[in-house]
Amino acid sequence: MSDQHNGNGGNGRGNGRGQREEKIAVYVCHCGTNIGGTVDVPAVVAWAASQPGVTVAREYKYMCSDPGQDLIKNDIKELGITRVVVAACSPTMHEPTFRKAAADAGLNPFLLQMANIREHCSWVTEDPVAATQKAKRILGAQIHRLPFNQALNPIDVQVNQDVLVVGGGIAGIEAALKLAEAGKHVYMVERNPSIGGHMAMFDKTFPTLDCAACILTPKMSALGKHPNITLLAYSEVTHVDGYVGNFTVTVKKKARYVNTDLCTGCGACQEACVVRKVKSEFDQGLGYRSAIYIPFPQAVPLRATIDPENCLTLSRGACKKQSCVAACGPKAIDFDQKDEEVELAVGAIVLATGFELFDCREEPTYGYGRLDNVITSLEFERLSNASGPTGGHIVLKNGETPKSVAILHCVGSRSVNHQEYCSRVCCMYSLKFAHLIKEHLPDTEVWELYIDMRTNGKGYEEFYKRLMDEGVNFIRGRAAEVTDFAMSPEEEGKLIVKAEDTLLGVVRRLPVDMVILSAGLSPQHDAKEVSQIFGFGCSANGFFLERHPKLEPVATVTDGVFICGACQFPKDIPDTVAQAGAAAAGVLTLVNNVSVKIEPTISYIDPEKCSGCHVCVGLCPYAAIRVNAETGAAEVVEAACKGCGVCVAACPSGVPQQRGYLDEQIFAEIEGALVV
Amino acid sequence: MKYSYYPGCSAEATAVGYDVSTRAVCAKLGIELVELPDWNCCGSTSYFSVRELRSFGISARNLAIAQEMGDMDLVTTCNACYTVLAKTNRYMADNAQLRADIVEALHRAGRHYDGNVKVRHLVDVLVNDLGYDAIRERVTKPLTGVRVACYYGCQMTRPMGTFDDPEFPVTLDKLTEVAGATPVDYPCKTKCCGGMLMLTNEQAALRLCFELLKSARDSEADVIIAACPLCEMNVEAYQSRVNKEYGTDFHIPVMYFTQLLGLALGISAKDLALDKQVVPVDSVLAALPA
Repeated sequence: MSDQHNGNGGNGRGNGRGQREEKIAVYVCHCGTNIGGTVDVPAVVAWAASQPGVTVAREYKYMCSDPGQDLIKNDIKELGITRVVVAACSPTMHEPTFRKAAADAGLNPFLLQMANIREHCSWVTEDPVAATQKAKRILGAQIHRLPFNQALNPIDVQVNQDVLVVGGGIAGIEAALKLAEAGKHVYMVERNPSIGGHMAMFDKTFPTLDCAACILTPKMSALGKHPNITLLAYSEVTHVDGYVGNFTVTVKKKARYVNTDLCTGCGACQEACVVRKVKSEFDQGLGYRSAIYIPFPQAVPLRATIDPENCLTLSRGACKKQSCVAACGPKAIDFDQKDEEVELAVGAIVLATGFELFDCREEPTYGYGRLDNVITSLEFERLSNASGPTGGHIVLKNGETPKSVAILHCVGSRSVNHQEYCSRVCCMYSLKFAHLIKEHLPDTEVWELYIDMRTNGKGYEEFYKRLMDEGVNFIRGRAAEVTDFAMSPEEEGKLIVKAEDTLLGVVRRLPVDMVILSAGLSPQHDAKEVSQIFGFGCSANGFFLERHPKLEPVATVTDGVFICGACQFPKDIPDTVAQAGAAAAGVLTLVNNVSVKIEPTISYIDPEKCSGCHVCVGLCPYAAIRVNAETGAAEVVEAACKGCGVCVAACPSGVPQQRGYLDEQIFAEIEGALVV
Repeated sequence: MKYSYYPGCSAEATAVGYDVSTRAVCAKLGIELVELPDWNCCGSTSYFSVRELRSFGISARNLAIAQEMGDMDLVTTCNACYTVLAKTNRYMADNAQLRADIVEALHRAGRHYDGNVKVRHLVDVLVNDLGYDAIRERVTKPLTGVRVACYYGCQMTRPMGTFDDPEFPVTLDKLTEVAGATPVDYPCKTKCCGGMLMLTNEQAALRLCFELLKSARDSEADVIIAACPLCEMNVEAYQSRVNKEYGTDFHIPVMYFTQLLGLALGISAKDLALDKQVVPVDSVLAALPA
């Protein structure tokens, strides 16, 4: 969109300069007693009326009410008002309200300014005299600035209807299916050979105990078959260009060394492969896979992948048999396949990249990786899962059945040494584990060692109560250590969990056969890099940063980029699915419009004056400045500019100007604030 | 590499072997230790409970002397001295009134301390300033096959130590590997030895020593290495009393980690004062290559 088209001509200098004959209307709001209780409103109005250019000054109890807005509309129509200032609350509250009222009466909304005399004045100033004086200064600044304001019009940007969803766990699957059902074309990019994420590894799901695979795999399969979804599994996003409505995304498709058009997913290759003892990622290293493999039977896409590190042909060119090639009927194996790059054009993006389990080796006193039969929660999910490496038998490393199991809560969570936050799901999945152990092995003693039980979801507390009746032992106390140092004959050959039982006030030594570490949820190890590819950032705890923690939980600071699921913060499946729906709704709200309107208070670079030093190009945090290939001048990509003003401050020649924040507007504001 | 060196009181009495072997090992590894002239008690952990300010003053006097010696880190070998001296630094940094009181006390004694001398444990210096590889290069008599229980004690890595995991340290285990020996899994590696309780509540302290010895035996250790004079003495010298109390027959050699490392570096048992041990270490010496 060109500037002329939008009517935001050039930098607009001269449009309003020196036109002191503007007819300004001033409205001062009492906001009940919020302002009127401290600021002497009638005095402010009287003072405002005496200011040059002010045609009318009024006060009203609540300016944001309909009669208040009507005051503005009527004055514009009847008195020919050309500039308006409303002295009331913060512009983040009601600027849109008043600008709309002005527009309704035929005045360009950017010719209306707010003077914030509530948050910036009455709420923070006790002395009425000082508050009244300050209100005059705040108002005066806006009265002085207004003659320099220029009419601006929002910029229209066309919106590409296609959507990218990154991450194929339950969050991404849910968002992609919703969008596809709404008729949008969705590209689903998943890093691993199959979609499914963590949920595909789980056994049962709390608190209803339905089997995770039973409720997830129909969705996986629906996604794989959906005519509106293009699935790019074993792929990663490497670069994103563009802006809301018009993103260009570069995706690296990693070589599978299998032609996926030919492969039927029969699995004959993995049976034939001579390398059979590769630890299965899907089974958390408790089971094995071949070098050519399908991660699990319900994988989507159901296609084989060769892991080049373990394949003898690919790692050292020395597989004598190449039995996979012989076994493959459709001749799908292609050792010469290379990584591929594809470019996608989309209008909106949903990130659903999930979490990683806390690395239990970081908590060495619990002995994970050092003591046999100390296992992580994900390992237990695979152990108790009927499709897992033991066929659903909960067994020790030596194959025997555990007679006693301790479940340690908050591993890595709520810890000054590791993750300060509560991971929200561990109490519930720990209870689920206790139930599953009791179900599989009724005679096995189960101990839950917890700091506090956090069971705040629908049906969760009831599930906790149920477990108390199932004979599980609850000890309130964080485990201090797990050791194999036996102090008594009963402890010989056992794992001893030491903990302070804070309800009894004693230190306990619990000899058990198996210890399950209920590890917290960590951000993905590359969450920061990934967030930067999409132009936003992470919170202090490492998870993706939402635009607003309460009111915009699935939006990011990059317009058109949404987040959902555990990449934003640990959450259970119900919350994840709800957020995925919210993200899909956010995308639809955006792409269902043919175009989006973008705030016009952005930067403008006069190509005649730009010397082409390009210092602004590197400094722009939104990659919104590009170099015109013909003229060499810098130019602003209007749809990407956020109006931060960095280029305005940085340019050695002072060429970039930010509309709505021109130098003369700022100087006039300062002058206005100092006249009283 | 040059450091000021604070031996601590035990070095002149019960822990002569620690001091002698420290000096020998450092000389062999090219680490120059300059002993603080006219040093005094570190302040002692127990005295802090009785006269806190006085303890800080005593401790800070040593640090003031180290400051006068120039820009060197102060090395100590005793876990308790290490904790107390480092604690004095931290408390001076965090508490302006205490700092003023300490500075004034030192001024009356004609000294001054700014709070900037870095206090280091010898283990920290060996593994971080010199490095495992540099030490390994100088090992001439690897102690192949010797199973070692590395006993860090409670105060080396906490609350002041920052160079290793506070609850599950591994530096001594790695040094043991460097010496060619085999560190065993020793779950009690940071448990208390009983400390001064051996004098005031012997039953309690004997129980703790019993656990340390039992765990070493369970792990089939040939020798326990210690990094603190009090730990070493309690675990070594009280074995007969532990045996009497618990009906056991412990006779496990205990030595300082510097003595084990010294043997691997080719220093003679006599030069490492190993002839002064209560429990003979012949079984370890027998493993030395000719």
